[in-house]
Amino acid sequence: MGEKNVCCNSLSRFLPGWAVAVSVIWGLGTAHAGQADPLASVMWDSVHQEVLAGQPVVFDPAVRVITAARVENTMQVPIEVEVDDSVGPVSEIVVFADHNPIPRILTYRPLSARPRIGLSFKVQEATPIRAAARTADGVWHVGGQWADAAGGGCTTPSAGQRSRAWESHLNEATYHRWPRADGSERLQVSLVHPMDTGLAPGIPAFYLTRLVLRDQDGTPLAELLPAEPVAENPLFALDLRPARPGKTVWRLEGGDSDGNLVAASLPPSPQEGGQ
Amino acid sequence: MNWRAASAGLALLAVTVGRVHAEPPDPVRRDYHLTARQIADGSYVVEGSTEDFSRANGGLMVNSAFIVTDEGVIVLDTGPSRLFGEQFRALIDRTSGGKPIVQVINSHLHPDHFLGNQAFAPETLSATSETIAGMSAAGEDFTTNMYRLLGNWMLDTEPVVPKTVLQAHTAVVGGHRLHYLTLAGHSDSDVALFDETTGVLYAADLVFHDRTPTTPHADIAPWLAALAALEALKFKVVVPGHGPVAQDAGPLHQTADWLRWLDGTLRQAARQGLSEAEVFRLPIPERFSALSLTRAEFERSVVHLYPALLRGQLQPSATKVE
Repeated sequence: MGEKNVCCNSLSRFLPGWAVAVSVIWGLGTAHAGQADPLASVMWDSVHQEVLAGQPVVFDPAVRVITAARVENTMQVPIEVEVDDSVGPVSEIVVFADHNPIPRILTYRPLSARPRIGLSFKVQEATPIRAAARTADGVWHVGGQWADAAGGGCTTPSAGQRSRAWESHLNEATYHRWPRADGSERLQVSLVHPMDTGLAPGIPAFYLTRLVLRDQDGTPLAELLPAEPVAENPLFALDLRPARPGKTVWRLEGGDSDGNLVAASLPPSPQEGGQ
Repeated sequence: MNWRAASAGLALLAVTVGRVHAEPPDPVRRDYHLTARQIADGSYVVEGSTEDFSRANGGLMVNSAFIVTDEGVIVLDTGPSRLFGEQFRALIDRTSGGKPIVQVINSHLHPDHFLGNQAFAPETLSATSETIAGMSAAGEDFTTNMYRLLGNWMLDTEPVVPKTVLQAHTAVVGGHRLHYLTLAGHSDSDVALFDETTGVLYAADLVFHDRTPTTPHADIAPWLAALAALEALKFKVVVPGHGPVAQDAGPLHQTADWLRWLDGTLRQAARQGLSEAEVFRLPIPERFSALSLTRAEFERSVVHLYPALLRGQLQPSATKVE
Protein backbone atom coordinates (compact mmCIF):
# COMPACT_ATOMS: atom_id res chain seq x y z
CA MET A 1 0.00 0.00 0.00
CA GLY A 2 1.44 3.34 -1.05
CA GLU A 3 1.91 6.41 1.12
CA LYS A 4 -0.92 8.15 -0.64
CA ASN A 5 -3.24 5.34 0.17
CA VAL A 6 -2.29 5.28 3.83
CA CYS A 7 -2.99 8.99 3.89
CA CYS A 8 -6.33 8.50 2.21
CA ASN A 9 -7.39 5.71 4.50
CA SER A 10 -6.57 7.59 7.64
CA LEU A 11 -8.43 10.56 6.23
CA SER A 12 -11.53 8.61 5.38
CA ARG A 13 -11.54 7.14 8.87
CA PHE A 14 -11.92 10.64 10.25
CA LEU A 15 -14.31 11.78 7.58
CA PRO A 16 -17.67 11.20 9.28
CA GLY A 17 -16.75 13.32 12.30
CA TRP A 18 -15.18 15.99 10.13
CA ALA A 19 -18.05 16.12 7.73
CA VAL A 20 -20.65 16.35 10.46
CA ALA A 21 -18.81 19.18 12.17
CA VAL A 22 -18.32 21.07 8.94
CA SER A 23 -21.91 20.54 7.94
CA VAL A 24 -23.22 21.86 11.27
CA ILE A 25 -21.10 24.98 11.06
CA TRP A 26 -22.03 25.79 7.48
CA GLY A 27 -25.61 24.75 7.98
CA LEU A 28 -25.95 27.98 9.96
CA GLY A 29 -26.02 29.93 6.75
CA THR A 30 -22.38 30.76 6.25
CA ALA A 31 -21.99 28.64 3.13
CA HIS A 32 -19.73 30.38 0.63
CA ALA A 33 -16.72 29.69 -1.55
CA GLY A 34 -13.32 29.17 0.05
CA GLN A 35 -14.36 26.89 2.93
CA ALA A 36 -12.04 24.20 4.18
CA ASP A 37 -12.56 20.91 2.38
CA PRO A 38 -12.99 17.81 4.58
CA LEU A 39 -11.11 15.76 1.99
CA ALA A 40 -8.22 18.27 2.14
CA SER A 41 -7.85 18.35 -1.63
CA VAL A 42 -5.60 21.03 -3.09
CA MET A 43 -7.93 21.06 -6.09
CA TRP A 44 -11.13 21.85 -4.19
CA ASP A 45 -11.27 25.58 -4.90
CA SER A 46 -10.54 24.94 -8.54
CA VAL A 47 -13.18 22.23 -9.05
CA HIS A 48 -15.68 24.23 -7.01
CA GLN A 49 -15.34 26.99 -9.62
CA GLU A 50 -15.07 24.72 -12.65
CA VAL A 51 -17.74 22.14 -11.89
CA LEU A 52 -20.15 24.03 -9.60
CA ALA A 53 -19.51 27.56 -10.93
CA GLY A 54 -18.49 28.62 -7.41
CA GLN A 55 -22.09 28.39 -6.21
CA PRO A 56 -22.88 27.95 -2.49
CA VAL A 57 -21.91 24.57 -1.08
CA VAL A 58 -22.29 22.72 2.17
CA PHE A 59 -20.30 19.60 2.95
CA ASP A 60 -22.99 17.18 3.98
CA PRO A 61 -22.67 13.54 5.14
CA ALA A 62 -26.20 12.96 3.81
CA VAL A 63 -24.58 12.84 0.36
CA ARG A 64 -22.68 9.58 0.23
CA VAL A 65 -20.18 8.40 -2.35
CA ILE A 66 -19.42 4.71 -2.14
CA THR A 67 -16.50 3.21 -4.01
CA ALA A 68 -13.82 0.60 -3.41
CA ALA A 69 -11.06 1.62 -1.02
CA ARG A 70 -8.58 0.44 -3.63
CA VAL A 71 -9.10 0.87 -7.32
CA GLU A 72 -8.43 -2.38 -9.14
CA ASN A 73 -9.10 -1.22 -12.66
CA THR A 74 -8.56 2.48 -13.35
CA MET A 75 -10.72 2.25 -16.48
CA GLN A 76 -13.73 0.89 -14.58
CA VAL A 77 -14.05 2.41 -11.12
CA PRO A 78 -17.44 1.56 -9.66
CA ILE A 79 -19.18 4.29 -7.70
CA GLU A 80 -22.55 4.77 -6.14
CA VAL A 81 -24.02 8.07 -5.05
CA GLU A 82 -26.83 8.18 -2.52
CA VAL A 83 -28.54 11.26 -1.16
CA ASP A 84 -30.60 10.89 2.02
CA ASP A 85 -34.18 12.08 1.88
CA SER A 86 -33.34 14.38 4.81
CA VAL A 87 -31.68 16.71 2.31
CA GLY A 88 -35.04 17.44 0.66
CA PRO A 89 -35.90 17.29 -3.03
CA VAL A 90 -32.81 17.17 -5.25
CA SER A 91 -32.94 18.72 -8.71
CA GLU A 92 -29.48 17.74 -9.88
CA ILE A 93 -26.52 15.60 -8.81
CA VAL A 94 -23.07 16.28 -10.23
CA VAL A 95 -20.44 13.57 -9.83
CA PHE A 96 -16.81 14.64 -10.19
CA ALA A 97 -13.22 13.70 -9.40
CA ASP A 98 -10.91 16.57 -8.36
CA HIS A 99 -7.70 15.18 -9.85
CA ASN A 100 -9.05 13.89 -13.13
CA PRO A 101 -7.93 15.96 -16.14
CA ILE A 102 -11.65 16.26 -16.90
CA PRO A 103 -13.24 16.54 -13.44
CA ARG A 104 -16.97 16.29 -14.23
CA ILE A 105 -18.05 12.68 -14.68
CA LEU A 106 -21.80 12.97 -14.94
CA THR A 107 -24.78 15.14 -14.13
CA TYR A 108 -27.92 13.35 -13.02
CA ARG A 109 -31.37 14.95 -12.92
CA PRO A 110 -33.44 12.44 -10.96
CA LEU A 111 -36.80 14.15 -11.70
CA SER A 112 -39.18 11.69 -10.01
CA ALA A 113 -36.46 9.05 -9.48
CA ARG A 114 -34.66 8.43 -6.21
CA PRO A 115 -31.57 10.65 -5.82
CA ARG A 116 -29.26 7.74 -6.26
CA ILE A 117 -27.13 6.46 -9.15
CA GLY A 118 -24.53 3.77 -9.76
CA LEU A 119 -21.98 3.87 -12.58
CA SER A 120 -18.32 3.25 -13.42
CA PHE A 121 -15.78 5.80 -14.58
CA LYS A 122 -12.10 6.27 -15.38
CA VAL A 123 -9.52 7.77 -13.02
CA GLN A 124 -6.09 9.12 -13.76
CA GLU A 125 -4.58 9.08 -10.27
CA ALA A 126 -5.56 9.00 -6.60
CA THR A 127 -8.35 11.52 -6.25
CA PRO A 128 -11.28 12.68 -4.17
CA ILE A 129 -14.48 11.43 -5.77
CA ARG A 130 -17.41 13.67 -4.98
CA ALA A 131 -21.10 14.14 -5.54
CA ALA A 132 -22.87 17.46 -5.24
CA ALA A 133 -26.66 17.43 -4.89
CA ARG A 134 -28.52 20.69 -5.49
CA THR A 135 -31.57 21.35 -3.37
CA ALA A 136 -34.43 23.78 -4.01
CA ASP A 137 -32.56 26.65 -2.28
CA GLY A 138 -29.82 26.40 -4.88
CA VAL A 139 -27.22 25.07 -2.40
CA TRP A 140 -25.01 22.17 -3.43
CA HIS A 141 -24.71 19.48 -0.74
CA VAL A 142 -21.32 17.88 -1.28
CA GLY A 143 -20.11 14.47 -0.11
CA GLY A 144 -17.21 12.32 -1.19
CA GLN A 145 -14.31 10.07 -0.42
CA TRP A 146 -10.78 9.49 -1.61
CA ALA A 147 -10.02 6.66 -4.00
CA ASP A 148 -6.57 5.28 -4.56
CA ALA A 149 -5.78 4.79 -8.22
CA ALA A 150 -3.61 1.70 -8.35
CA GLY A 151 -4.77 -1.73 -7.49
CA GLY A 152 -3.86 -4.61 -5.25
CA GLY A 153 -0.69 -6.64 -5.39
CA CYS A 154 -1.56 -8.84 -8.31
CA THR A 155 -3.37 -6.24 -10.34
CA THR A 156 -1.90 -4.68 -13.43
CA PRO A 157 -2.62 -1.19 -14.68
CA SER A 158 -5.37 -1.40 -17.19
CA ALA A 159 -5.77 -0.26 -20.75
CA GLY A 160 -8.98 0.43 -22.55
CA GLN A 161 -10.18 -2.08 -25.06
CA ARG A 162 -8.60 -1.42 -28.40
CA SER A 163 -11.17 -3.50 -30.19
CA ARG A 164 -13.38 -1.60 -32.60
CA ALA A 165 -16.25 -4.04 -32.17
CA TRP A 166 -18.38 -1.15 -30.90
CA GLU A 167 -18.59 0.40 -34.36
CA SER A 168 -21.37 -1.87 -35.61
CA HIS A 169 -23.28 -1.75 -32.32
CA LEU A 170 -22.87 1.90 -31.32
CA ASN A 171 -25.51 3.15 -28.88
CA GLU A 172 -27.28 -0.20 -28.67
CA ALA A 173 -28.75 -0.78 -25.23
CA THR A 174 -28.96 -3.82 -22.98
CA TYR A 175 -30.92 -3.60 -19.77
CA HIS A 176 -32.95 -5.23 -17.06
CA ARG A 177 -35.75 -3.81 -14.90
CA TRP A 178 -36.45 -4.96 -11.36
CA PRO A 179 -39.69 -3.73 -9.70
CA ARG A 180 -38.99 -3.22 -5.97
CA ALA A 181 -41.29 -3.75 -3.03
CA ASP A 182 -41.28 0.00 -2.23
CA GLY A 183 -42.88 0.86 -5.57
CA SER A 184 -39.66 1.97 -7.21
CA GLU A 185 -38.07 0.15 -10.09
CA ARG A 186 -34.35 -0.59 -10.46
CA LEU A 187 -32.99 -0.21 -13.98
CA GLN A 188 -29.57 -1.44 -15.01
CA VAL A 189 -28.93 -0.16 -18.51
CA SER A 190 -25.77 -0.34 -20.58
CA LEU A 191 -24.95 1.28 -23.91
CA VAL A 192 -22.31 0.28 -26.43
CA HIS A 193 -20.02 3.31 -26.61
CA PRO A 194 -16.22 3.78 -26.50
CA MET A 195 -16.51 6.95 -24.35
CA ASP A 196 -13.20 8.32 -25.65
CA THR A 197 -11.92 11.20 -23.55
CA GLY A 198 -9.87 12.87 -26.27
CA LEU A 199 -6.82 12.64 -23.99
CA ALA A 200 -5.32 9.53 -25.62
CA PRO A 201 -3.00 10.46 -28.51
CA GLY A 202 -4.74 10.37 -31.88
CA ILE A 203 -8.21 9.53 -30.55
CA PRO A 204 -10.64 12.47 -30.49
CA ALA A 205 -13.19 12.92 -27.74
CA PHE A 206 -16.27 10.83 -28.48
CA TYR A 207 -18.76 10.24 -25.71
CA LEU A 208 -22.41 10.08 -24.77
CA THR A 209 -23.68 13.52 -23.78
CA ARG A 210 -27.35 13.08 -22.95
CA LEU A 211 -29.78 10.31 -22.04
CA VAL A 212 -33.44 10.76 -21.14
CA LEU A 213 -35.57 7.94 -19.84
CA ARG A 214 -39.28 8.33 -20.57
CA ASP A 215 -42.33 6.42 -19.46
CA GLN A 216 -44.73 5.01 -22.04
CA ASP A 217 -46.79 8.24 -22.07
CA GLY A 218 -43.71 10.35 -22.68
CA THR A 219 -43.28 11.53 -19.07
CA PRO A 220 -39.56 11.92 -18.39
CA LEU A 221 -38.46 9.65 -15.52
CA ALA A 222 -34.83 10.75 -15.25
CA GLU A 223 -32.14 12.53 -17.26
CA LEU A 224 -28.40 11.88 -17.44
CA LEU A 225 -25.69 14.14 -18.86
CA PRO A 226 -22.56 11.97 -19.03
CA ALA A 227 -19.09 13.42 -19.62
CA GLU A 228 -15.86 11.95 -20.99
CA PRO A 229 -14.71 10.14 -17.80
CA VAL A 230 -17.67 7.72 -17.75
CA ALA A 231 -16.33 4.22 -18.43
CA GLU A 232 -16.62 2.69 -21.88
CA ASN A 233 -19.81 0.72 -22.53
CA PRO A 234 -21.31 2.51 -19.56
CA LEU A 235 -23.67 0.73 -17.19
CA PHE A 236 -26.01 2.89 -15.11
CA ALA A 237 -28.03 1.77 -12.09
CA LEU A 238 -31.10 3.95 -11.54
CA ASP A 239 -34.07 3.74 -9.16
CA LEU A 240 -37.07 5.10 -10.99
CA ARG A 241 -40.49 5.92 -9.64
CA PRO A 242 -42.83 5.31 -12.58
CA ALA A 243 -46.60 5.66 -12.15
CA ARG A 244 -47.12 1.95 -12.82
CA PRO A 245 -43.98 0.02 -11.85
CA GLY A 246 -43.21 -3.02 -13.97
CA LYS A 247 -46.13 -2.38 -16.31
CA THR A 248 -45.21 0.17 -18.95
CA VAL A 249 -42.73 0.27 -21.82
CA TRP A 250 -39.97 2.84 -21.23
CA ARG A 251 -37.91 4.61 -23.86
CA LEU A 252 -34.31 5.67 -23.60
CA GLU A 253 -33.43 8.60 -25.86
CA GLY A 254 -30.35 10.71 -26.29
CA GLY A 255 -27.14 11.05 -28.21
CA ASP A 256 -23.39 11.42 -28.23
CA SER A 257 -20.87 14.16 -29.00
CA ASP A 258 -20.88 13.26 -32.71
CA GLY A 259 -24.67 13.50 -33.02
CA ASN A 260 -25.33 9.77 -33.10
CA LEU A 261 -28.71 9.09 -31.54
CA VAL A 262 -29.79 6.71 -28.81
CA ALA A 263 -33.31 5.38 -29.13
CA ALA A 264 -34.13 2.19 -27.30
CA SER A 265 -37.36 0.65 -26.15
CA LEU A 266 -37.21 -0.94 -22.69
CA PRO A 267 -40.26 -3.11 -22.01
CA PRO A 268 -40.68 -4.65 -18.53
CA SER A 269 -38.23 -7.49 -17.93
CA PRO A 270 -39.34 -11.04 -17.20
CA GLN A 271 -39.10 -11.52 -13.44
CA GLU A 272 -37.41 -14.53 -11.94
CA GLY A 273 -39.84 -16.70 -10.02
CA GLY A 274 -42.62 -14.14 -10.49
CA GLN A 275 -40.82 -11.76 -8.09
CA MET B 1 3.07 -45.60 -2.03
CA ASN B 2 6.02 -45.38 0.28
CA TRP B 3 4.57 -43.84 3.40
CA ARG B 4 7.09 -45.33 5.83
CA ALA B 5 9.73 -42.69 5.45
CA ALA B 6 7.10 -40.04 5.56
CA SER B 7 5.48 -41.41 8.68
CA ALA B 8 8.77 -41.67 10.51
CA GLY B 9 9.71 -38.15 9.56
CA LEU B 10 6.34 -36.74 10.44
CA ALA B 11 6.25 -38.38 13.83
CA LEU B 12 9.39 -36.48 14.77
CA LEU B 13 8.31 -33.28 13.16
CA ALA B 14 4.70 -33.16 14.22
CA VAL B 15 5.46 -30.88 17.15
CA THR B 16 7.02 -28.30 14.89
CA VAL B 17 4.01 -28.01 12.58
CA GLY B 18 1.96 -25.11 13.82
CA ARG B 19 2.46 -21.41 13.94
CA VAL B 20 5.98 -20.21 14.65
CA HIS B 21 6.44 -16.49 14.99
CA ALA B 22 9.81 -15.69 13.57
CA GLU B 23 11.40 -12.28 13.90
CA PRO B 24 9.51 -9.90 11.59
CA PRO B 25 11.13 -8.35 8.51
CA ASP B 26 13.32 -5.31 9.21
CA PRO B 27 12.63 -2.54 6.66
CA VAL B 28 15.60 -0.46 7.83
CA ARG B 29 18.20 -3.20 7.41
CA ARG B 30 16.20 -4.68 4.53
CA ASP B 31 16.41 -8.07 6.22
CA TYR B 32 13.48 -10.45 5.81
CA HIS B 33 14.77 -12.57 8.75
CA LEU B 34 13.86 -15.70 6.81
CA THR B 35 13.75 -18.99 8.66
CA ALA B 36 13.26 -22.44 7.15
CA ARG B 37 10.78 -24.63 8.97
CA GLN B 38 11.24 -28.33 8.38
CA ILE B 39 7.87 -29.92 7.70
CA ALA B 40 9.03 -33.38 6.59
CA ASP B 41 12.21 -35.23 5.68
CA GLY B 42 14.33 -32.77 3.69
CA SER B 43 11.28 -30.53 3.24
CA TYR B 44 11.22 -26.88 4.28
CA VAL B 45 8.87 -23.92 4.19
CA VAL B 46 9.53 -20.21 4.56
CA GLU B 47 6.19 -19.09 5.91
CA GLY B 48 4.93 -15.56 5.36
CA SER B 49 2.27 -13.72 7.32
CA THR B 50 -1.40 -13.57 6.37
CA GLU B 51 -1.21 -9.80 5.87
CA ASP B 52 -1.44 -7.80 2.68
CA PHE B 53 1.64 -6.43 0.93
CA SER B 54 3.17 -3.60 2.95
CA ARG B 55 6.39 -1.66 3.35
CA ALA B 56 6.59 -3.15 6.86
CA ASN B 57 6.53 -6.78 5.72
CA GLY B 58 8.37 -6.32 2.43
CA GLY B 59 5.97 -8.77 0.79
CA LEU B 60 6.75 -11.60 3.22
CA MET B 61 3.11 -12.66 3.16
CA VAL B 62 3.60 -15.61 0.84
CA ASN B 63 4.93 -19.13 1.43
CA SER B 64 7.96 -20.42 -0.44
CA ALA B 65 9.30 -23.95 -0.10
CA PHE B 66 12.23 -26.18 -0.98
CA ILE B 67 13.00 -29.89 -0.96
CA VAL B 68 16.57 -31.05 -0.32
CA THR B 69 17.18 -34.35 -2.12
CA ASP B 70 20.27 -36.45 -2.82
CA GLU B 71 20.27 -35.11 -6.38
CA GLY B 72 19.93 -31.48 -5.41
CA VAL B 73 17.37 -28.96 -4.30
CA ILE B 74 13.93 -28.24 -5.78
CA VAL B 75 12.49 -24.79 -5.06
CA LEU B 76 8.83 -23.84 -5.22
CA ASP B 77 8.25 -20.10 -5.73
CA THR B 78 10.85 -17.39 -5.25
CA GLY B 79 9.00 -14.63 -3.42
CA PRO B 80 8.16 -10.98 -4.06
CA SER B 81 11.53 -9.29 -4.67
CA ARG B 82 15.12 -9.74 -5.73
CA LEU B 83 16.16 -9.19 -2.11
CA PHE B 84 13.81 -11.93 -0.92
CA GLY B 85 15.18 -14.23 -3.62
CA GLU B 86 18.76 -13.57 -2.52
CA GLN B 87 18.04 -14.09 1.17
CA PHE B 88 15.92 -17.17 0.38
CA ARG B 89 18.75 -18.54 -1.79
CA ALA B 90 21.26 -18.02 1.04
CA LEU B 91 18.94 -19.79 3.46
CA ILE B 92 18.55 -22.73 1.07
CA ASP B 93 22.33 -23.00 0.64
CA ARG B 94 22.90 -22.92 4.42
CA THR B 95 20.17 -25.50 5.04
CA SER B 96 21.22 -27.89 2.27
CA GLY B 97 24.95 -27.56 2.87
CA GLY B 98 25.40 -26.00 -0.54
CA LYS B 99 23.76 -28.65 -2.67
CA PRO B 100 23.04 -27.57 -6.23
CA ILE B 101 19.60 -26.17 -6.99
CA VAL B 102 18.33 -28.35 -9.82
CA GLN B 103 14.86 -26.91 -10.37
CA VAL B 104 12.95 -23.75 -9.49
CA ILE B 105 9.19 -23.79 -10.08
CA ASN B 106 7.07 -20.66 -10.38
CA SER B 107 3.61 -21.94 -9.47
CA HIS B 108 1.71 -19.20 -11.31
CA LEU B 109 2.02 -15.72 -12.80
CA HIS B 110 1.59 -13.56 -9.70
CA PRO B 111 4.54 -11.37 -8.72
CA ASP B 112 4.92 -12.57 -5.12
CA HIS B 113 5.74 -16.00 -6.51
CA PHE B 114 8.39 -15.15 -9.08
CA LEU B 115 10.07 -11.78 -8.51
CA GLY B 116 12.85 -13.51 -6.56
CA ASN B 117 13.88 -15.35 -9.75
CA GLN B 118 16.97 -13.12 -10.24
CA ALA B 119 18.69 -14.99 -7.37
CA PHE B 120 18.55 -18.32 -9.20
CA ALA B 121 20.33 -19.65 -12.29
CA PRO B 122 18.12 -18.87 -15.32
CA GLU B 123 18.34 -22.42 -16.69
CA THR B 124 16.79 -23.82 -13.48
CA LEU B 125 13.63 -21.69 -13.72
CA SER B 126 10.46 -23.39 -14.93
CA ALA B 127 6.74 -22.66 -15.27
CA THR B 128 3.85 -23.76 -17.44
CA SER B 129 3.49 -22.22 -20.90
CA GLU B 130 0.40 -20.27 -19.76
CA THR B 131 2.27 -18.87 -16.78
CA ILE B 132 5.28 -17.96 -18.93
CA ALA B 133 2.95 -16.10 -21.30
CA GLY B 134 1.22 -14.33 -18.41
CA MET B 135 4.50 -13.29 -16.80
CA SER B 136 5.82 -12.06 -20.14
CA ALA B 137 2.73 -9.94 -20.74
CA ALA B 138 2.28 -8.50 -17.24
CA GLY B 139 5.68 -8.88 -15.59
CA GLU B 140 6.75 -5.25 -16.03
CA ASP B 141 3.42 -3.91 -14.80
CA PHE B 142 3.43 -6.28 -11.84
CA THR B 143 6.93 -5.14 -10.94
CA THR B 144 6.00 -1.46 -11.16
CA ASN B 145 3.03 -2.05 -8.90
CA MET B 146 5.18 -3.96 -6.39
CA TYR B 147 7.66 -1.08 -6.22
CA ARG B 148 4.71 1.11 -5.33
CA LEU B 149 3.53 -1.30 -2.64
CA LEU B 150 6.86 -2.35 -1.14
CA GLY B 151 9.20 0.56 -1.81
CA ASN B 152 12.89 -0.06 -1.01
CA TRP B 153 12.43 -3.78 -0.57
CA MET B 154 12.11 -3.94 -4.37
CA LEU B 155 15.49 -2.35 -5.14
CA ASP B 156 16.96 -3.73 -8.40
CA THR B 157 14.11 -6.20 -8.85
CA GLU B 158 13.33 -7.09 -12.43
CA PRO B 159 11.00 -9.78 -13.73
CA VAL B 160 12.85 -12.85 -15.00
CA VAL B 161 10.61 -15.16 -16.99
CA PRO B 162 11.46 -18.89 -17.03
CA LYS B 163 12.39 -20.45 -20.37
CA THR B 164 11.80 -24.07 -19.37
CA VAL B 165 8.19 -25.16 -19.91
CA LEU B 166 6.80 -27.25 -17.11
CA GLN B 167 4.22 -29.91 -17.95
CA ALA B 168 2.22 -32.29 -15.80
CA HIS B 169 4.34 -35.34 -15.03
CA THR B 170 5.66 -37.59 -12.29
CA ALA B 171 9.39 -37.89 -11.60
CA VAL B 172 11.66 -39.42 -8.98
CA VAL B 173 14.27 -36.90 -7.91
CA GLY B 174 16.82 -37.92 -5.29
CA GLY B 175 14.46 -40.48 -3.79
CA HIS B 176 11.41 -38.18 -3.77
CA ARG B 177 8.55 -39.27 -5.98
CA LEU B 178 7.12 -35.98 -7.20
CA HIS B 179 3.82 -35.35 -8.97
CA TYR B 180 3.81 -32.08 -10.90
CA LEU B 181 0.15 -31.15 -11.23
CA THR B 182 -1.02 -28.50 -13.70
CA LEU B 183 -4.35 -27.15 -12.54
CA ALA B 184 -6.17 -23.82 -12.86
CA GLY B 185 -8.68 -21.59 -11.14
CA HIS B 186 -6.71 -19.16 -9.02
CA SER B 187 -5.15 -18.14 -12.33
CA ASP B 188 -5.13 -19.53 -15.87
CA SER B 189 -2.51 -22.03 -14.78
CA ASP B 190 -1.59 -23.13 -11.25
CA VAL B 191 1.06 -25.71 -10.51
CA ALA B 192 0.79 -27.83 -7.37
CA LEU B 193 3.53 -30.23 -6.35
CA PHE B 194 2.76 -33.43 -4.47
CA ASP B 195 5.73 -35.19 -2.87
CA GLU B 196 4.38 -38.70 -2.52
CA THR B 197 7.47 -39.78 -0.58
CA THR B 198 6.97 -37.31 2.27
CA GLY B 199 3.22 -36.84 1.85
CA VAL B 200 3.64 -33.08 1.50
CA LEU B 201 1.33 -31.21 -0.88
CA TYR B 202 2.68 -27.85 -2.04
CA ALA B 203 -0.60 -26.30 -3.16
CA ALA B 204 0.61 -22.75 -3.89
CA ASP B 205 -2.27 -20.29 -4.33
CA LEU B 206 -4.88 -22.92 -5.02
CA VAL B 207 -5.05 -23.08 -1.22
CA PHE B 208 -5.25 -20.14 1.19
CA HIS B 209 -5.33 -20.69 4.96
CA ASP B 210 -6.76 -18.16 7.42
CA ARG B 211 -6.26 -15.60 4.68
CA THR B 212 -9.01 -14.60 2.26
CA PRO B 213 -8.38 -15.98 -1.25
CA THR B 214 -7.54 -13.41 -3.92
CA THR B 215 -9.23 -13.41 -7.32
CA PRO B 216 -7.65 -10.97 -9.83
CA HIS B 217 -7.29 -13.76 -12.40
CA ALA B 218 -9.61 -16.32 -10.87
CA ASP B 219 -12.24 -18.58 -12.38
CA ILE B 220 -14.15 -20.15 -9.51
CA ALA B 221 -15.52 -23.30 -11.19
CA PRO B 222 -12.10 -24.72 -12.21
CA TRP B 223 -10.67 -23.58 -8.89
CA LEU B 224 -13.21 -25.70 -7.00
CA ALA B 225 -12.45 -28.61 -9.33
CA ALA B 226 -8.74 -28.19 -8.62
CA LEU B 227 -9.37 -28.24 -4.85
CA ALA B 228 -11.33 -31.48 -5.24
CA ALA B 229 -8.45 -32.98 -7.22
CA LEU B 230 -5.96 -31.95 -4.53
CA GLU B 231 -8.05 -33.39 -1.73
CA ALA B 232 -8.10 -36.76 -3.49
CA LEU B 233 -4.31 -36.94 -3.09
CA LYS B 234 -4.48 -38.03 0.59
CA PHE B 235 -1.58 -35.81 1.57
CA LYS B 236 -0.30 -35.61 5.14
CA VAL B 237 0.85 -32.00 5.15
CA VAL B 238 -0.39 -29.15 3.00
CA VAL B 239 1.62 -26.01 2.30
CA PRO B 240 -0.81 -23.26 1.25
CA GLY B 241 0.32 -20.36 -0.93
CA HIS B 242 -0.65 -18.01 1.88
CA GLY B 243 -1.21 -18.89 5.52
CA PRO B 244 0.02 -21.54 7.95
CA VAL B 245 1.02 -25.08 7.02
CA ALA B 246 -1.57 -27.68 8.06
CA GLN B 247 -1.78 -31.42 8.55
CA ASP B 248 -5.30 -31.90 7.29
CA ALA B 249 -7.58 -30.76 4.50
CA GLY B 250 -8.93 -27.86 6.60
CA PRO B 251 -7.34 -25.15 4.46
CA LEU B 252 -8.74 -26.76 1.28
CA HIS B 253 -12.22 -26.81 2.79
CA GLN B 254 -11.84 -23.23 4.02
CA THR B 255 -10.76 -22.04 0.56
CA ALA B 256 -13.62 -23.90 -1.15
CA ASP B 257 -16.13 -22.62 1.42
CA TRP B 258 -15.15 -19.00 0.73
CA LEU B 259 -15.19 -19.48 -3.03
CA ARG B 260 -18.63 -21.11 -2.99
CA TRP B 261 -20.01 -18.37 -0.75
CA LEU B 262 -18.44 -15.66 -2.92
CA ASP B 263 -19.78 -17.15 -6.15
CA GLY B 264 -23.26 -17.72 -4.74
CA THR B 265 -23.42 -14.24 -3.22
CA LEU B 266 -22.35 -12.49 -6.41
CA ARG B 267 -24.74 -14.50 -8.56
CA GLN B 268 -27.63 -13.79 -6.21
CA ALA B 269 -26.76 -10.06 -6.21
CA ALA B 270 -26.69 -10.01 -10.00
CA ARG B 271 -30.11 -11.65 -10.17
CA GLN B 272 -31.38 -8.82 -7.92
CA GLY B 273 -29.80 -6.09 -10.03
CA LEU B 274 -27.54 -4.69 -7.32
CA SER B 275 -24.84 -2.22 -8.31
CA GLU B 276 -21.19 -3.00 -7.55
CA ALA B 277 -21.07 -0.51 -4.71
CA GLU B 278 -24.18 -2.08 -3.17
CA VAL B 279 -22.55 -5.50 -3.33
CA PHE B 280 -19.49 -4.10 -1.47
CA ARG B 281 -21.69 -3.62 1.59
CA LEU B 282 -23.27 -7.09 1.73
CA PRO B 283 -22.62 -8.91 5.02
CA ILE B 284 -19.86 -11.48 5.24
CA PRO B 285 -20.82 -14.54 7.32
CA GLU B 286 -19.33 -14.89 10.79
CA ARG B 287 -17.78 -18.25 9.91
CA PHE B 288 -15.15 -16.42 7.84
CA SER B 289 -13.96 -14.33 10.79
CA ALA B 290 -10.83 -16.50 11.09
CA LEU B 291 -9.70 -15.28 7.67
CA SER B 292 -7.67 -12.10 7.39
CA LEU B 293 -8.62 -9.27 5.01
CA THR B 294 -12.13 -10.55 4.25
CA ARG B 295 -13.74 -7.16 3.61
CA ALA B 296 -10.89 -5.82 1.48
CA GLU B 297 -10.62 -9.01 -0.58
CA PHE B 298 -14.38 -9.27 -0.95
CA GLU B 299 -14.41 -5.74 -2.41
CA ARG B 300 -11.60 -6.66 -4.78
CA SER B 301 -13.42 -9.83 -5.83
CA VAL B 302 -16.61 -7.86 -6.51
CA VAL B 303 -14.63 -5.67 -8.90
CA HIS B 304 -12.95 -8.70 -10.50
CA LEU B 305 -15.97 -10.93 -10.90
CA TYR B 306 -19.25 -9.02 -10.53
CA PRO B 307 -19.45 -6.88 -13.70
CA ALA B 308 -19.57 -9.93 -15.98
CA LEU B 309 -22.22 -11.58 -13.81
CA LEU B 310 -24.37 -8.44 -13.77
CA ARG B 311 -24.04 -7.85 -17.50
CA GLY B 312 -25.09 -11.48 -17.94
CA GLN B 313 -28.49 -10.49 -16.54
CA LEU B 314 -29.13 -7.83 -19.19
CA GLN B 315 -31.14 -8.38 -22.34
CA PRO B 316 -31.09 -6.39 -25.60
CA SER B 317 -33.53 -3.50 -25.83
CA ALA B 318 -36.57 -4.23 -27.97
CA THR B 319 -35.77 -1.77 -30.73
CA LYS B 320 -33.06 0.54 -31.91
CA VAL B 321 -34.05 3.47 -34.06
CA GLU B 322 -31.40 5.11 -36.22
